Amino acid sequence: MSNNVLAFAESRGGDLRRAALEAVTAARAIADVRGGAVHAILFGAPGIGAHAPRLGAHGADSVIVVEHAAFAQNNPEAVAATIAAHMGRGYGALICPASATGKDIAPRVAAKLQVPVASDAVAMTANAASITVTHPGYTGKILQTLTLTATPAVVSVRPGSFLPKENAKAGAVEVLAPVGDPAASRVKVTETATGNTAKLDLGEAPVIISGGRGLKEAANFTLVEELAAAFGNAAVGATRAVTDDGWRPHADQIGQTGRLVSPDLYIACGISGAIQHLAGMRTSKTIVAINKDKEAPIFKIADYGIVGDVLEILPVLTAAVKQAKASG
Amino acid sequence: MKIAVCIKRVPDMDVRFKIAPSGTAVDESGLKFDISDFDGYAVEAALQIREKLNAGEVVVISLGPDVVQETLRKAMSMGADRAVQLKAETIPADSYAIATALAAELQGGGYDLILFGRMSIDTAHGATGAMTAELLGLPVVNAISKLEFDGGTAKMRRELEGAYELVECALPAVVTIDEGIARPRYPSLKGIMAAKKKPLEIRPAQLAEPRLVLDAMALPPERSAGRIIGEGSAVVPELVRLLKEEAKVL
Repeated sequence: MSNNVLAFAESRGGDLRRAALEAVTAARAIADVRGGAVHAILFGAPGIGAHAPRLGAHGADSVIVVEHAAFAQNNPEAVAATIAAHMGRGYGALICPASATGKDIAPRVAAKLQVPVASDAVAMTANAASITVTHPGYTGKILQTLTLTATPAVVSVRPGSFLPKENAKAGAVEVLAPVGDPAASRVKVTETATGNTAKLDLGEAPVIISGGRGLKEAANFTLVEELAAAFGNAAVGATRAVTDDGWRPHADQIGQTGRLVSPDLYIACGISGAIQHLAGMRTSKTIVAINKDKEAPIFKIADYGIVGDVLEILPVLTAAVKQAKASG
Repeated sequence: MKIAVCIKRVPDMDVRFKIAPSGTAVDESGLKFDISDFDGYAVEAALQIREKLNAGEVVVISLGPDVVQETLRKAMSMGADRAVQLKAETIPADSYAIATALAAELQGGGYDLILFGRMSIDTAHGATGAMTAELLGLPVVNAISKLEFDGGTAKMRRELEGAYELVECALPAVVTIDEGIARPRYPSLKGIMAAKKKPLEIRPAQLAEPRLVLDAMALPPERSAGRIIGEGSAVVPELVRLLKEEAKVL
Protein backbone atom coordinates (compact mmCIF):
# COMPACT_ATOMS: atom_id res chain seq x y z
CA MET A 1 0.00 0.00 0.00
CA SER A 2 1.27 3.38 -0.89
CA ASN A 3 1.64 5.93 1.83
CA ASN A 4 0.80 8.74 -0.56
CA VAL A 5 -2.43 10.69 -0.26
CA LEU A 6 -4.37 12.35 -3.08
CA ALA A 7 -6.40 15.50 -2.31
CA PHE A 8 -9.19 16.75 -4.59
CA ALA A 9 -8.50 20.47 -5.04
CA GLU A 10 -11.97 21.83 -5.78
CA SER A 11 -12.28 24.84 -8.06
CA ARG A 12 -15.25 26.76 -9.41
CA GLY A 13 -15.31 29.30 -12.21
CA GLY A 14 -11.51 29.28 -12.52
CA ASP A 15 -10.95 29.97 -8.82
CA LEU A 16 -9.65 27.64 -6.17
CA ARG A 17 -12.20 27.00 -3.40
CA ARG A 18 -11.10 27.34 0.21
CA ALA A 19 -12.26 23.73 0.60
CA ALA A 20 -9.39 22.72 -1.70
CA LEU A 21 -6.85 24.06 0.82
CA GLU A 22 -8.70 22.28 3.63
CA ALA A 23 -8.56 18.97 1.74
CA VAL A 24 -4.81 19.41 1.19
CA THR A 25 -4.33 20.27 4.88
CA ALA A 26 -6.25 17.16 5.96
CA ALA A 27 -4.34 15.01 3.47
CA ARG A 28 -1.02 16.39 4.77
CA ALA A 29 -1.80 15.18 8.30
CA ILE A 30 -2.36 11.61 7.08
CA ALA A 31 0.71 11.63 4.82
CA ASP A 32 2.86 12.88 7.70
CA VAL A 33 1.74 10.00 9.94
CA ARG A 34 2.48 7.51 7.18
CA GLY A 35 5.63 9.07 5.82
CA GLY A 36 4.07 9.63 2.40
CA ALA A 37 3.61 12.50 -0.02
CA VAL A 38 0.55 14.63 -0.75
CA HIS A 39 -0.56 15.08 -4.33
CA ALA A 40 -3.34 17.55 -5.07
CA ILE A 41 -5.42 17.00 -8.21
CA LEU A 42 -6.82 20.13 -9.81
CA PHE A 43 -9.34 20.28 -12.68
CA GLY A 44 -10.35 23.29 -14.74
CA ALA A 45 -10.32 25.11 -18.03
CA PRO A 46 -6.85 25.89 -19.44
CA GLY A 47 -5.08 28.23 -17.03
CA ILE A 48 -6.32 26.57 -13.81
CA GLY A 49 -2.76 25.32 -13.21
CA ALA A 50 -1.82 28.84 -12.16
CA HIS A 51 -3.28 27.99 -8.73
CA ALA A 52 -0.78 25.19 -8.14
CA PRO A 53 1.56 27.31 -5.95
CA ARG A 54 -1.19 27.92 -3.38
CA LEU A 55 -1.71 24.17 -3.08
CA GLY A 56 2.03 23.70 -2.66
CA ALA A 57 2.07 26.38 0.04
CA HIS A 58 -0.53 24.37 1.99
CA GLY A 59 1.34 21.08 1.88
CA ALA A 60 1.06 19.54 -1.60
CA ASP A 61 4.33 17.95 -2.71
CA SER A 62 2.99 17.80 -6.21
CA VAL A 63 -0.02 19.18 -8.06
CA ILE A 64 -1.60 17.08 -10.78
CA VAL A 65 -3.16 19.57 -13.21
CA VAL A 66 -5.91 18.38 -15.55
CA GLU A 67 -6.91 21.14 -17.95
CA HIS A 68 -9.65 20.87 -20.58
CA ALA A 69 -12.16 23.31 -22.05
CA ALA A 70 -14.99 21.01 -20.88
CA PHE A 71 -13.85 21.59 -17.27
CA ALA A 72 -14.96 25.23 -17.49
CA GLN A 73 -18.16 23.86 -15.98
CA ASN A 74 -18.25 21.24 -13.26
CA ASN A 75 -17.98 17.88 -15.02
CA PRO A 76 -18.42 15.21 -12.34
CA GLU A 77 -18.32 12.17 -14.62
CA ALA A 78 -15.02 13.10 -16.27
CA VAL A 79 -13.51 14.30 -12.98
CA ALA A 80 -14.45 11.09 -11.17
CA ALA A 81 -13.22 8.88 -14.03
CA THR A 82 -9.90 10.71 -14.15
CA ILE A 83 -9.37 10.60 -10.39
CA ALA A 84 -10.28 6.90 -10.23
CA ALA A 85 -7.83 6.07 -13.03
CA HIS A 86 -5.10 8.19 -11.43
CA MET A 87 -5.62 6.42 -8.08
CA GLY A 88 -4.37 3.32 -9.87
CA ARG A 89 -0.90 4.79 -9.61
CA GLY A 90 -1.05 3.80 -5.95
CA TYR A 91 -2.47 5.94 -3.16
CA GLY A 92 -3.41 4.94 0.37
CA ALA A 93 -6.17 7.54 0.59
CA LEU A 94 -8.22 10.13 -1.28
CA ILE A 95 -9.42 13.23 0.57
CA CYS A 96 -12.25 15.35 -0.88
CA PRO A 97 -13.99 18.35 0.60
CA ALA A 98 -17.48 17.51 1.88
CA SER A 99 -18.83 20.40 -0.18
CA ALA A 100 -21.66 20.05 -2.70
CA THR A 101 -19.06 19.29 -5.37
CA GLY A 102 -16.78 17.10 -3.25
CA LYS A 103 -19.68 15.03 -1.91
CA ASP A 104 -20.73 14.45 -5.52
CA ILE A 105 -17.26 13.28 -6.57
CA ALA A 106 -16.16 11.14 -3.58
CA PRO A 107 -18.80 8.36 -3.79
CA ARG A 108 -18.44 8.15 -7.58
CA VAL A 109 -14.70 7.57 -7.28
CA ALA A 110 -15.08 5.20 -4.32
CA ALA A 111 -17.59 3.04 -6.20
CA LYS A 112 -15.33 2.90 -9.25
CA LEU A 113 -12.54 1.68 -6.93
CA GLN A 114 -14.99 -0.69 -5.17
CA VAL A 115 -14.34 0.80 -1.74
CA PRO A 116 -16.55 2.61 0.80
CA VAL A 117 -16.51 6.32 1.55
CA ALA A 118 -16.67 8.08 4.91
CA SER A 119 -18.41 11.42 4.40
CA ASP A 120 -18.34 14.67 6.28
CA ALA A 121 -15.49 13.89 8.66
CA VAL A 122 -15.02 16.53 11.37
CA ALA A 123 -11.94 14.78 12.79
CA MET A 124 -9.66 12.10 11.46
CA THR A 125 -6.82 9.89 12.71
CA ALA A 126 -4.66 7.59 10.66
CA ASN A 127 -2.28 4.74 11.31
CA ALA A 128 -0.38 2.66 8.79
CA ALA A 129 -3.35 0.42 8.00
CA SER A 130 -6.56 2.38 8.46
CA ILE A 131 -8.22 5.76 8.86
CA THR A 132 -10.73 6.49 11.58
CA VAL A 133 -13.09 9.45 11.29
CA THR A 134 -15.56 11.25 13.49
CA HIS A 135 -18.77 11.72 11.53
CA PRO A 136 -21.78 13.64 12.86
CA GLY A 137 -25.03 11.83 12.15
CA TYR A 138 -28.63 12.03 13.34
CA THR A 139 -28.73 15.76 12.49
CA GLY A 140 -25.62 16.35 14.55
CA LYS A 141 -27.09 14.71 17.66
CA ILE A 142 -24.79 11.69 17.54
CA LEU A 143 -21.09 11.52 16.76
CA GLN A 144 -20.14 8.29 15.04
CA THR A 145 -16.62 6.91 15.07
CA LEU A 146 -16.06 4.96 11.87
CA THR A 147 -13.04 3.05 10.62
CA LEU A 148 -12.28 2.53 6.97
CA THR A 149 -10.52 -0.80 6.56
CA ALA A 150 -10.49 -0.75 2.75
CA THR A 151 -7.60 0.58 0.67
CA PRO A 152 -7.61 3.18 -0.64
CA ALA A 153 -9.61 4.98 2.04
CA VAL A 154 -11.92 7.61 0.58
CA VAL A 155 -12.94 10.40 2.96
CA SER A 156 -14.72 13.72 2.54
CA VAL A 157 -13.93 16.36 5.15
CA ARG A 158 -16.49 18.85 6.40
CA PRO A 159 -15.74 22.46 5.43
CA GLY A 160 -14.49 24.42 8.42
CA SER A 161 -13.23 21.35 10.29
CA PHE A 162 -9.67 21.21 8.90
CA LEU A 163 -8.61 24.84 8.67
CA PRO A 164 -6.11 25.56 5.91
CA LYS A 165 -2.57 25.47 7.31
CA GLU A 166 0.42 26.89 5.50
CA ASN A 167 3.09 24.22 5.21
CA ALA A 168 5.28 24.92 2.20
CA LYS A 169 6.08 21.96 -0.02
CA ALA A 170 7.33 21.79 -3.58
CA GLY A 171 3.94 21.85 -5.30
CA ALA A 172 5.65 20.50 -8.41
CA VAL A 173 3.25 20.62 -11.34
CA GLU A 174 2.52 17.48 -13.28
CA VAL A 175 0.18 17.73 -16.26
CA LEU A 176 -2.32 14.89 -16.63
CA ALA A 177 -4.70 14.22 -19.53
CA PRO A 178 -8.33 13.52 -18.64
CA VAL A 179 -9.66 10.01 -19.05
CA GLY A 180 -11.94 9.76 -22.09
CA ASP A 181 -13.48 12.84 -23.67
CA PRO A 182 -14.78 15.24 -21.01
CA ALA A 183 -16.98 16.90 -23.65
CA ALA A 184 -18.86 13.60 -24.04
CA SER A 185 -20.01 13.26 -20.41
CA ARG A 186 -23.59 12.05 -20.03
CA VAL A 187 -24.20 14.49 -17.18
CA LYS A 188 -23.89 18.02 -18.56
CA VAL A 189 -23.77 21.16 -16.44
CA THR A 190 -25.21 23.79 -18.78
CA GLU A 191 -24.93 26.77 -16.46
CA THR A 192 -23.48 27.70 -13.09
CA ALA A 193 -25.21 30.70 -11.59
CA THR A 194 -23.22 32.35 -8.88
CA GLY A 195 -25.03 34.89 -6.79
CA ASN A 196 -23.08 37.76 -5.37
CA THR A 197 -19.52 36.40 -5.37
CA ALA A 198 -18.51 38.90 -2.70
CA LYS A 199 -21.08 37.23 -0.45
CA LEU A 200 -19.59 34.92 2.16
CA ASP A 201 -20.78 31.35 2.09
CA LEU A 202 -22.65 30.04 5.14
CA GLY A 203 -20.12 27.24 5.54
CA GLU A 204 -17.17 29.62 5.64
CA ALA A 205 -18.44 32.75 7.40
CA PRO A 206 -17.25 33.22 10.98
CA VAL A 207 -20.49 35.07 11.77
CA ILE A 208 -24.01 34.15 10.64
CA ILE A 209 -27.04 36.40 11.05
CA SER A 210 -30.17 34.37 10.53
CA GLY A 211 -33.80 35.42 10.21
CA GLY A 212 -37.14 33.74 10.82
CA ARG A 213 -40.86 34.44 10.68
CA GLY A 214 -40.49 36.98 13.48
CA LEU A 215 -39.27 39.42 10.84
CA LYS A 216 -42.91 39.48 9.65
CA GLU A 217 -42.20 40.05 5.96
CA ALA A 218 -39.51 39.41 3.36
CA ALA A 219 -38.63 43.09 3.02
CA ASN A 220 -37.52 43.22 6.67
CA PHE A 221 -34.60 40.93 5.82
CA THR A 222 -32.78 44.13 4.89
CA LEU A 223 -32.37 44.64 8.67
CA VAL A 224 -30.60 41.26 8.87
CA GLU A 225 -28.44 42.13 5.86
CA GLU A 226 -27.51 45.48 7.40
CA LEU A 227 -26.37 43.78 10.61
CA ALA A 228 -24.35 41.29 8.52
CA ALA A 229 -22.77 44.20 6.65
CA ALA A 230 -21.89 45.90 9.96
CA PHE A 231 -19.95 42.80 11.01
CA GLY A 232 -18.26 42.64 7.62
CA ASN A 233 -17.48 38.93 7.98
CA ALA A 234 -21.05 37.65 8.23
CA ALA A 235 -23.33 35.57 6.02
CA VAL A 236 -27.13 35.64 6.08
CA GLY A 237 -29.13 32.51 6.82
CA ALA A 238 -32.81 31.69 7.23
CA THR A 239 -35.24 29.17 8.72
CA ARG A 240 -37.17 26.65 6.70
CA ALA A 241 -40.44 28.53 7.31
CA VAL A 242 -38.92 31.54 5.59
CA THR A 243 -37.38 29.69 2.63
CA ASP A 244 -40.62 27.71 2.16
CA ASP A 245 -42.45 31.03 1.87
CA GLY A 246 -39.95 32.20 -0.74
CA TRP A 247 -38.62 35.11 1.35
CA ARG A 248 -35.11 33.75 0.88
CA PRO A 249 -33.56 31.20 -1.51
CA HIS A 250 -33.68 27.57 -0.48
CA ALA A 251 -29.86 27.46 -0.37
CA ASP A 252 -29.89 29.86 2.61
CA GLN A 253 -31.83 27.45 4.80
CA ILE A 254 -30.12 26.37 8.00
CA GLY A 255 -31.48 23.24 9.64
CA GLN A 256 -31.97 19.51 9.63
CA THR A 257 -32.70 19.39 5.90
CA GLY A 258 -30.67 22.48 5.00
CA ARG A 259 -27.14 23.59 5.81
CA LEU A 260 -25.44 22.50 9.02
CA VAL A 261 -23.30 25.37 10.27
CA SER A 262 -21.06 26.10 13.27
CA PRO A 263 -19.78 29.67 13.08
CA ASP A 264 -18.04 31.52 15.90
CA LEU A 265 -21.13 33.68 16.33
CA TYR A 266 -24.72 32.94 15.35
CA ILE A 267 -27.37 35.61 15.78
CA ALA A 268 -30.94 34.27 15.51
CA CYS A 269 -33.36 37.06 14.68
CA GLY A 270 -37.06 36.38 15.13
CA ILE A 271 -36.45 32.63 15.23
CA SER A 272 -38.44 30.57 17.74
CA GLY A 273 -36.06 27.60 17.56
CA ALA A 274 -37.90 24.66 16.01
CA ILE A 275 -35.98 21.38 16.38
CA GLN A 276 -35.54 21.41 12.58
CA HIS A 277 -33.63 24.70 12.84
CA LEU A 278 -31.67 23.95 16.03
CA ALA A 279 -30.29 20.80 14.37
CA GLY A 280 -28.51 23.01 11.85
CA MET A 281 -26.89 25.56 14.19
CA ARG A 282 -26.61 24.14 17.69
CA THR A 283 -22.86 23.60 17.38
CA SER A 284 -22.23 27.33 16.83
CA LYS A 285 -19.68 28.58 19.36
CA THR A 286 -21.66 31.59 20.61
CA ILE A 287 -25.40 31.95 20.04
CA VAL A 288 -27.39 35.17 20.39
CA ALA A 289 -31.19 35.09 20.15
CA ILE A 290 -33.60 37.96 19.73
CA ASN A 291 -37.25 36.99 20.01
CA LYS A 292 -40.40 38.52 21.45
CA ASP A 293 -41.58 35.30 23.13
CA LYS A 294 -39.48 34.63 26.22
CA GLU A 295 -40.66 30.99 26.23
CA ALA A 296 -39.26 30.38 22.73
CA PRO A 297 -37.02 27.24 22.63
CA ILE A 298 -34.17 29.22 21.03
CA PHE A 299 -33.53 30.83 24.44
CA LYS A 300 -32.73 27.40 25.93
CA ILE A 301 -29.55 27.20 23.86
CA ALA A 302 -28.74 30.90 23.43
CA ASP A 303 -25.70 32.17 25.35
CA TYR A 304 -27.19 35.65 25.22
CA GLY A 305 -30.94 36.13 24.77
CA ILE A 306 -32.80 39.39 24.33
CA VAL A 307 -36.57 39.36 24.67
CA GLY A 308 -38.16 41.96 22.45
CA ASP A 309 -39.24 43.10 19.02
CA VAL A 310 -36.56 42.13 16.51
CA LEU A 311 -37.62 44.96 14.16
CA GLU A 312 -36.90 47.50 16.91
CA ILE A 313 -33.72 45.87 18.26
CA LEU A 314 -31.91 45.09 14.99
CA PRO A 315 -31.26 48.72 13.89
CA VAL A 316 -29.95 49.55 17.39
CA LEU A 317 -27.69 46.49 17.36
CA THR A 318 -26.45 47.30 13.85
CA ALA A 319 -25.50 50.82 14.96
CA ALA A 320 -23.77 49.47 18.08
CA VAL A 321 -21.79 46.88 16.11
CA LYS A 322 -20.71 49.53 13.60
CA GLN A 323 -19.51 51.70 16.46
CA ALA A 324 -17.69 48.80 18.15
CA LYS A 325 -15.98 47.90 14.87
CA ALA A 326 -15.02 51.52 14.25
CA SER A 327 -13.50 51.89 17.72
CA GLY A 328 -11.60 48.61 17.17
CA MET B 1 -42.04 5.84 -17.01
CA LYS B 2 -40.91 3.13 -14.64
CA ILE B 3 -39.49 4.70 -11.48
CA ALA B 4 -37.75 3.09 -8.51
CA VAL B 5 -37.38 4.98 -5.24
CA CYS B 6 -34.91 3.65 -2.66
CA ILE B 7 -36.02 4.60 0.84
CA LYS B 8 -34.73 4.14 4.37
CA ARG B 9 -36.50 3.74 7.69
CA VAL B 10 -35.09 6.17 10.23
CA PRO B 11 -36.04 7.37 13.71
CA ASP B 12 -37.82 10.68 14.18
CA MET B 13 -35.08 13.20 14.97
CA ASP B 14 -37.24 15.30 17.28
CA VAL B 15 -35.97 13.54 20.43
CA ARG B 16 -33.07 13.31 22.81
CA PHE B 17 -31.23 10.19 21.66
CA LYS B 18 -29.72 7.64 24.03
CA ILE B 19 -26.92 5.30 23.07
CA ALA B 20 -27.71 1.58 23.52
CA PRO B 21 -25.47 -0.45 25.90
CA SER B 22 -23.62 -1.91 22.88
CA GLY B 23 -22.21 1.58 22.27
CA THR B 24 -22.76 1.23 18.52
CA ALA B 25 -26.50 1.72 18.24
CA VAL B 26 -29.20 4.12 19.25
CA ASP B 27 -31.49 3.00 22.07
CA GLU B 28 -34.68 2.50 20.05
CA SER B 29 -37.12 2.31 22.97
CA GLY B 30 -39.81 4.94 22.61
CA LEU B 31 -38.58 6.13 19.22
CA LYS B 32 -40.96 6.66 16.31
CA PHE B 33 -39.82 5.69 12.83
CA ASP B 34 -40.70 7.01 9.41
CA ILE B 35 -39.34 7.44 5.87
CA SER B 36 -36.07 9.42 5.93
CA ASP B 37 -36.76 13.09 5.11
CA PHE B 38 -35.12 13.34 1.69
CA ASP B 39 -36.40 9.88 0.71
CA GLY B 40 -39.92 11.19 1.39
CA TYR B 41 -39.29 14.03 -1.06
CA ALA B 42 -38.09 11.44 -3.58
CA VAL B 43 -41.27 9.38 -3.19
CA GLU B 44 -43.37 12.52 -3.68
CA ALA B 45 -41.34 13.53 -6.74
CA ALA B 46 -41.89 10.07 -8.27
CA LEU B 47 -45.64 10.21 -7.61
CA GLN B 48 -45.90 13.65 -9.19
CA ILE B 49 -44.06 12.47 -12.30
CA ARG B 50 -46.40 9.49 -12.62
CA GLU B 51 -49.44 11.73 -12.13
CA LYS B 52 -48.24 14.28 -14.67
CA LEU B 53 -47.60 11.62 -17.32
CA ASN B 54 -50.72 9.76 -16.24
CA ALA B 55 -48.77 6.56 -16.82
CA GLY B 56 -45.97 4.52 -15.35
CA GLU B 57 -45.15 2.66 -12.21
CA VAL B 58 -43.51 3.65 -8.93
CA VAL B 59 -41.66 0.87 -7.08
CA VAL B 60 -40.27 1.50 -3.59
CA ILE B 61 -37.31 -0.46 -2.30
CA SER B 62 -35.91 -0.61 1.22
CA LEU B 63 -33.08 -2.63 2.74
CA GLY B 64 -33.31 -3.85 6.30
CA PRO B 65 -35.09 -6.10 8.79
CA ASP B 66 -38.84 -6.81 8.63
CA VAL B 67 -39.75 -3.52 10.33
CA VAL B 68 -38.94 -1.74 7.04
CA GLN B 69 -42.14 -3.26 5.65
CA GLU B 70 -44.01 -0.64 7.65
CA THR B 71 -41.97 2.09 5.87
CA LEU B 72 -42.67 0.51 2.50
CA ARG B 73 -46.42 0.34 3.31
CA LYS B 74 -46.30 4.04 4.19
CA ALA B 75 -44.83 4.84 0.76
CA MET B 76 -47.49 2.68 -0.87
CA SER B 77 -50.19 4.48 1.12
CA MET B 78 -48.86 7.71 -0.39
CA GLY B 79 -49.37 6.11 -3.80
CA ALA B 80 -46.40 3.90 -4.76
CA ASP B 81 -47.59 0.85 -6.71
CA ARG B 82 -45.51 -1.92 -5.21
CA ALA B 83 -42.60 -2.56 -2.90
CA VAL B 84 -39.51 -4.69 -2.43
CA GLN B 85 -37.81 -5.41 0.89
CA LEU B 86 -34.18 -6.45 0.62
CA LYS B 87 -34.03 -8.40 3.81
CA ALA B 88 -31.02 -7.95 6.07
CA GLU B 89 -30.87 -8.35 9.85
CA THR B 90 -29.07 -5.02 10.21
CA ILE B 91 -28.27 -2.12 7.93
CA PRO B 92 -24.48 -1.85 7.60
CA ALA B 93 -22.69 1.49 8.03
CA ASP B 94 -20.96 0.93 4.69
CA SER B 95 -22.82 2.66 1.82
CA TYR B 96 -20.84 0.63 -0.72
CA ALA B 97 -22.11 -2.63 0.76
CA ILE B 98 -25.67 -1.29 0.61
CA ALA B 99 -25.19 -0.08 -2.96
CA THR B 100 -24.11 -3.56 -4.07
CA ALA B 101 -27.39 -5.01 -2.76
CA LEU B 102 -29.50 -2.24 -4.32
CA ALA B 103 -27.69 -2.53 -7.66
CA ALA B 104 -28.27 -6.30 -7.71
CA GLU B 105 -32.01 -5.64 -7.24
CA LEU B 106 -32.25 -2.77 -9.73
CA GLN B 107 -30.12 -4.38 -12.46
CA GLY B 108 -32.30 -5.47 -15.36
CA GLY B 109 -35.42 -3.96 -13.75
CA GLY B 110 -36.06 -1.73 -16.76
CA TYR B 111 -36.21 1.45 -14.71
CA ASP B 112 -36.12 4.77 -16.55
CA LEU B 113 -35.46 6.71 -13.38
CA ILE B 114 -34.05 5.62 -10.02
CA LEU B 115 -34.52 8.11 -7.19
CA PHE B 116 -32.87 8.39 -3.79
CA GLY B 117 -32.95 11.04 -1.09
CA ARG B 118 -29.69 12.99 -1.18
CA MET B 119 -28.74 11.39 2.13
CA SER B 120 -30.36 9.50 4.96
CA ILE B 121 -31.07 11.74 7.90
CA ASP B 122 -29.54 9.29 10.42
CA THR B 123 -26.22 7.98 9.08
CA ALA B 124 -25.94 10.92 6.67
CA HIS B 125 -23.17 9.88 4.27
CA GLY B 126 -25.07 10.79 1.11
CA ALA B 127 -23.20 8.16 -0.90
CA THR B 128 -25.58 5.27 -1.62
CA GLY B 129 -27.31 6.82 -4.64
CA ALA B 130 -24.15 7.74 -6.52
CA MET B 131 -22.51 4.41 -5.68
CA THR B 132 -25.53 2.45 -6.89
CA ALA B 133 -25.45 4.43 -10.15
CA GLU B 134 -21.77 3.65 -10.65
CA LEU B 135 -22.38 -0.05 -10.05
CA LEU B 136 -25.23 0.03 -12.59
CA GLY B 137 -23.17 2.03 -15.09
CA LEU B 138 -25.85 4.75 -15.10
CA PRO B 139 -25.34 8.51 -14.99
CA VAL B 140 -26.17 10.18 -11.67
CA VAL B 141 -27.08 13.72 -10.69
CA ASN B 142 -26.84 14.39 -6.97
CA ALA B 143 -28.85 16.61 -4.65
CA ILE B 144 -31.27 18.27 -7.04
CA SER B 145 -33.93 20.78 -6.03
CA LYS B 146 -35.80 20.96 -9.37
CA LEU B 147 -36.60 18.33 -11.98
CA GLU B 148 -38.32 18.62 -15.35
CA PHE B 149 -38.41 16.46 -18.45
CA ASP B 150 -37.86 17.41 -22.03
CA GLY B 151 -38.54 14.23 -23.99
CA GLY B 152 -36.11 11.65 -22.64
CA THR B 153 -33.87 14.25 -21.01
CA ALA B 154 -34.07 15.27 -17.36
CA LYS B 155 -33.36 18.95 -16.67
CA MET B 156 -32.37 19.67 -13.12
CA ARG B 157 -31.08 22.26 -10.69
CA ARG B 158 -28.43 21.47 -8.08
CA GLU B 159 -27.75 23.79 -5.15
CA LEU B 160 -24.12 24.58 -4.38
CA GLU B 161 -22.66 26.84 -1.69
CA GLY B 162 -23.85 30.30 -2.74
CA ALA B 163 -24.58 29.17 -6.30
CA TYR B 164 -26.48 26.60 -8.33
CA GLU B 165 -25.93 24.47 -11.40
CA LEU B 166 -28.37 23.65 -14.17
CA VAL B 167 -27.75 20.06 -15.22
CA GLU B 168 -29.05 17.87 -18.04
CA CYS B 169 -28.93 14.15 -18.38
CA ALA B 170 -30.62 11.61 -20.65
CA LEU B 171 -32.60 8.78 -19.08
CA PRO B 172 -32.18 6.17 -17.76
CA ALA B 173 -30.47 7.84 -14.83
CA VAL B 174 -30.12 7.91 -11.07
CA VAL B 175 -31.11 11.16 -9.36
CA THR B 176 -30.80 12.05 -5.67
CA ILE B 177 -33.31 14.51 -4.27
CA ASP B 178 -32.68 17.53 -2.07
CA GLU B 179 -35.30 19.54 -0.30
CA GLY B 180 -37.22 22.07 -2.33
CA ILE B 181 -38.56 19.66 -4.91
CA ALA B 182 -41.83 18.54 -3.35
CA ARG B 183 -43.23 18.32 0.18
CA PRO B 184 -44.41 14.73 0.73
CA ARG B 185 -48.17 14.23 0.84
CA TYR B 186 -49.97 12.67 3.78
CA PRO B 187 -51.49 9.29 3.01
CA SER B 188 -55.28 9.39 2.65
CA LEU B 189 -57.47 6.86 4.45
CA LYS B 190 -58.22 5.37 1.04
CA GLY B 191 -54.49 5.23 0.33
CA ILE B 192 -53.82 3.46 3.62
CA MET B 193 -56.51 0.84 2.88
CA ALA B 194 -55.24 0.35 -0.69
CA ALA B 195 -51.63 -0.04 0.51
CA LYS B 196 -52.54 -3.14 2.53
CA LYS B 197 -53.38 -4.99 -0.69
CA LYS B 198 -50.44 -3.79 -2.79
CA PRO B 199 -47.67 -6.32 -3.52
CA LEU B 200 -44.64 -6.35 -1.22
CA GLU B 201 -41.94 -8.78 -2.29
CA ILE B 202 -39.22 -9.92 0.10
CA ARG B 203 -35.81 -10.98 -1.13
CA PRO B 204 -32.53 -11.51 0.73
CA ALA B 205 -30.15 -8.54 0.42
CA GLN B 206 -26.95 -9.45 -1.41
CA LEU B 207 -24.66 -7.32 0.73
CA ALA B 208 -20.94 -7.02 0.10
CA GLU B 209 -18.64 -7.37 3.10
CA PRO B 210 -18.75 -4.04 5.04
CA ARG B 211 -15.39 -2.23 5.19
CA LEU B 212 -16.62 0.94 6.85
CA VAL B 213 -17.11 -0.14 10.43
CA LEU B 214 -18.95 1.69 13.18
CA ASP B 215 -16.67 1.62 16.24
CA ALA B 216 -18.65 3.81 18.59
CA MET B 217 -21.45 6.32 19.00
CA ALA B 218 -21.34 9.23 21.39
CA LEU B 219 -23.52 12.18 22.25
CA PRO B 220 -21.90 15.55 21.51
CA PRO B 221 -21.12 17.72 24.53
CA GLU B 222 -24.20 19.49 25.89
CA ARG B 223 -24.48 23.25 25.53
CA SER B 224 -24.67 25.07 28.77
CA ALA B 225 -28.16 26.32 29.62
CA GLY B 226 -29.33 29.45 27.85
CA ARG B 227 -29.39 32.86 29.50
CA ILE B 228 -31.70 35.80 28.83
CA ILE B 229 -29.77 39.00 29.45
CA GLY B 230 -32.73 41.38 29.31
CA GLU B 231 -35.57 42.93 27.36
CA GLY B 232 -35.76 45.40 24.50
CA SER B 233 -33.19 47.53 22.70
CA ALA B 234 -31.93 48.96 26.02
CA VAL B 235 -29.94 45.71 26.51
CA VAL B 236 -28.02 46.13 23.25
CA PRO B 237 -24.99 47.87 24.85
CA GLU B 238 -24.73 45.04 27.39
CA LEU B 239 -24.92 42.47 24.56
CA VAL B 240 -22.15 44.23 22.66
CA ARG B 241 -20.01 44.32 25.81
CA LEU B 242 -20.52 40.56 26.36
CA LEU B 243 -19.72 39.76 22.73
CA LYS B 244 -16.53 41.77 23.03
CA GLU B 245 -15.29 40.90 26.49
CA GLU B 246 -16.76 37.50 27.35
CA ALA B 247 -17.34 35.70 24.03
CA LYS B 248 -14.57 37.66 22.27
CA VAL B 249 -16.32 37.49 18.93
CA LEU B 250 -16.58 41.19 18.21
